[in-house]
Amino acid sequence: MKFGVVVFPGSNCDADCYHVIKDVMQQEVKYIWHKETGLDDFDALILPGGFSYGDYLRTGAIARFSPIMPAVIDFADRGGLVIGICNGFQILLEAGLLPGAMLRNRSLKFICRPVYLKTRRIDTPFSNKLGQDQVIKIPVAHGEGNYFCDEKTLKSLKDNRQIVFTYCTEDGQGLPEANPNGSLENIAGICNLKGNVLGMMPHPERCAEDLLGGRDGYYIFDSMLQWLKEAGR
Amino acid sequence: MKEMTYREMGLSDREYEMIIDILGREPNYLELGMFSVMWSEHCGYKNSRPLLKNFPVEGPQVIQGPGENAGVIDIEDGQALVFKIESHNHPSAIEPYQGAATGVGGIVRDIFTMGARPIASLNSLRFGELDDEQVKQLFTGVVAGIGDYGNCLGIPTVGGEVYFNPAYQGNPLVNAMCVGLVNKDEIAYAVAGEIGSPLMLVGARTGRDGIHGATFASEELSEASKEKRPSVQVGDPFMEKLLIEACLELIKEDLVAGMQDLGAAGLTSSIAEAASKKGRGVRVDVSLVPRRETGMTPYEIMLSESQERMLVVPQPGNEKRIAGIFDKWGLDATVIGEVTGDGMFAVYEGGELAGSVPVAALTEGCPVYVREAEEPPYYKACRSFDIDSLAEADPAGVLLKLMASPNIASKRWVYTQYDHQVMTNTVVLPGAADAAVLRVRGSQKGIALSTDCNGRMVYLDPYQGGMMAVCEGARNLACVGARPLALTNCLNFGNPENPHIYWQMREAIRGMADAARFLGTPVVSGNVSLYNETVDGAIFPTPVVGMAGLLKDIDQRCQMAFQSPGDYIVLLGSIGTELGGSEYLYVCHGLETGKVPEVNLEEEKNLIELLLRLAEEGLIKSCHDISEGGLAAAVAECGIKGQIGFNIDMDFQGERKDKILFSEAPSRAVASLEKEKLPLLNAMAAKYGVKVSLLGSTGGEQMIFKNAGIEFINLPVELVTRTWEEAIECHMI
Repeated sequence: MKFGVVVFPGSNCDADCYHVIKDVMQQEVKYIWHKETGLDDFDALILPGGFSYGDYLRTGAIARFSPIMPAVIDFADRGGLVIGICNGFQILLEAGLLPGAMLRNRSLKFICRPVYLKTRRIDTPFSNKLGQDQVIKIPVAHGEGNYFCDEKTLKSLKDNRQIVFTYCTEDGQGLPEANPNGSLENIAGICNLKGNVLGMMPHPERCAEDLLGGRDGYYIFDSMLQWLKEAGR
Repeated sequence: MKEMTYREMGLSDREYEMIIDILGREPNYLELGMFSVMWSEHCGYKNSRPLLKNFPVEGPQVIQGPGENAGVIDIEDGQALVFKIESHNHPSAIEPYQGAATGVGGIVRDIFTMGARPIASLNSLRFGELDDEQVKQLFTGVVAGIGDYGNCLGIPTVGGEVYFNPAYQGNPLVNAMCVGLVNKDEIAYAVAGEIGSPLMLVGARTGRDGIHGATFASEELSEASKEKRPSVQVGDPFMEKLLIEACLELIKEDLVAGMQDLGAAGLTSSIAEAASKKGRGVRVDVSLVPRRETGMTPYEIMLSESQERMLVVPQPGNEKRIAGIFDKWGLDATVIGEVTGDGMFAVYEGGELAGSVPVAALTEGCPVYVREAEEPPYYKACRSFDIDSLAEADPAGVLLKLMASPNIASKRWVYTQYDHQVMTNTVVLPGAADAAVLRVRGSQKGIALSTDCNGRMVYLDPYQGGMMAVCEGARNLACVGARPLALTNCLNFGNPENPHIYWQMREAIRGMADAARFLGTPVVSGNVSLYNETVDGAIFPTPVVGMAGLLKDIDQRCQMAFQSPGDYIVLLGSIGTELGGSEYLYVCHGLETGKVPEVNLEEEKNLIELLLRLAEEGLIKSCHDISEGGLAAAVAECGIKGQIGFNIDMDFQGERKDKILFSEAPSRAVASLEKEKLPLLNAMAAKYGVKVSLLGSTGGEQMIFKNAGIEFINLPVELVTRTWEEAIECHMI
């Protein structure tokens, strides 16, 4: 399978995603410079974390105007798999590929620590290797991960089962204290209507190897591979 | 703008006369400014250079010692580590957020200027007492500044230390360390290039920020210091991130002859440093320098400390390709002058000569002072303090008090604001062990890093305290299983013109040098920050040690958490009883006095060698060095980290419990191991000449201490954990 990692000026998890796809998942991977306007024959795209354009103005607000973004939107519209992690999630929101917006963390502080996530849906390209309601441990690192949307959007997210991951306690309870940033309904990751675009604040690429203290992130990439394999069959 | 006199610029009458002698005339205002920043302590090390000569700087592992932008050591397989620590104390005192942020920016530039990819940051911080509102603001601002800058760059902040003491009230210390990884054949050195080579200025535009920052950093802080707020630069981490990527690309493509970052003293310093390498001269036209403000004078342009700027000397013929790479990253690169052969630093404004001074006069010409040293009266007075005159307090209460002391308590409030995992190399996370451990991808190797200094110990006995700082750094690395290789230091002291302060400096440096020499960990880089004083007096002498080391096999790393119930807990090293300078005396008796425990370098070295061997053999399951809070705090921390209780049963043989439990004597560590392995451990320790005392075993949900079978502390793990974890957060709410 061929993955593309989009590199914006200020992206800083691009190399981490590249490493996981290439060295851990053993798949083909290429960087895509943000000034490009077309895409090769990729099977999946990763919008990595970081501070694209310094996150000046608002997180992801400038990156959405990058020359590559029309091609990314087109790829998504044609059903291609797109995962936006952290800043990548913020860019997907700004680009309109996912609904809602990000506010600053409730604490008004950057927060870097492992969190527990409840897998709310396993019939997506990003979670099919996980069990229903399975609790996974993945680190977050962000200053603006406080997901917000209006009531109508929230209702449609729920009605269409677009909430894929929510923050929870180690034993799976969706309590407010398990939420690192104050996001609405403990939302950590959502997908689009068709399910082929996922945005999530936690960083699966940071915990895909035992040496780094956990492997739960591995299953997200492995889910993508599994999905692509089945789609190709 | 009102012109400053040479005295206001920090020059003495004698120094002003020297300048007249060099030039054969009175300097003009621009020239005077250039001399004053280059001859500041910050740039010229004029009060410290003779003392710094004592440091050992050589060793088989040293590729580059002091004198470059950063030190470089060999970590085998054709790879090298580049590292340095630097202070940003004065700016942080008056503008904590920007002061700390630009401190990170500056040290990061030093690392990638050498061609290395920055892979980790650490920081060593000191503040006044945490119950003070102003201190809370400083602490909040500094941590946010470090975090926001480093997080944006995508360089993990993996470790460091924070201490709180009234000695730093009003004069916080903000020391930032950065570590980079480079292939040995790609190390870039500062060279001026050939005569006629253009000088390119890249990155941010030049503004009026930071003018005389280096001078400001070389004087005492006072009420008037707040007016120097314009001397503090403003950081733009996004610009720096672009610079990192672009500059590393230039070096990879082998397009540059030399590169120099613009730090303290801005263009003046970086051009002078670059030109001085080969005895070359330079001709600069300030009218070519891209500016963000109008009406700037040559003086302001040459002295501006605007951040995120680099000076690049291209290899002849590569100018176009260099411009192409900068364009790709959206950066402006402008030719502002050229290298000449006459040894003069000539500054033009258009066609008009604005100033001209010999390059060598700015650099090597900086005067050097050996100050008068005098032992301060407090030294002997403190040494003769009689600990036995104090009543012994309830040990359980003391332990809880110590675990809640911000100097011992969890630094979670700090490190969760730093992205410590980006780059996905951080294997031992902040707070989990005595040093941070990073993997080196594509190998089995691990890199271990720590920063250390107990300023109180250095104050009470600068020679012993200096040794302790080096020993603790080396021991911390050995505790995680890494061989300490070399160190960088940031020497924070008060006003060297005060003989008592100069004595502290001299003695602390002597101690550090002796320990570094004995342990085989040479000093490869460093920074000096003097005049750390307010109207209330000087800070504790605080020579911070940043130690770097190597694990041959990262799978042999060791952390502090107890791993399982039913293991033995042992003390490696002597049972210490000295309480001088301890956190216990401070927290429980309000005293900062006493004769500090003496370092025995032989014992330290033996312990380090033993710890390395134990890690290699996989004989121990956890390891933690004994420092603030003594033996009791160390064991408690191992229990907290592992969420396992323990039962310590020692025979105090009539000795005061507080002495044994809370002494901060050096050269000691607490380890846990499977019971059956004790004979093996004993045999190995005997070979290395290290004493082993069986303290007890792990297990249960209580932290229990007994004296010959009689229990005198029994605290739930859960209570001690909460006390330790939440202490700083409680202050910060």
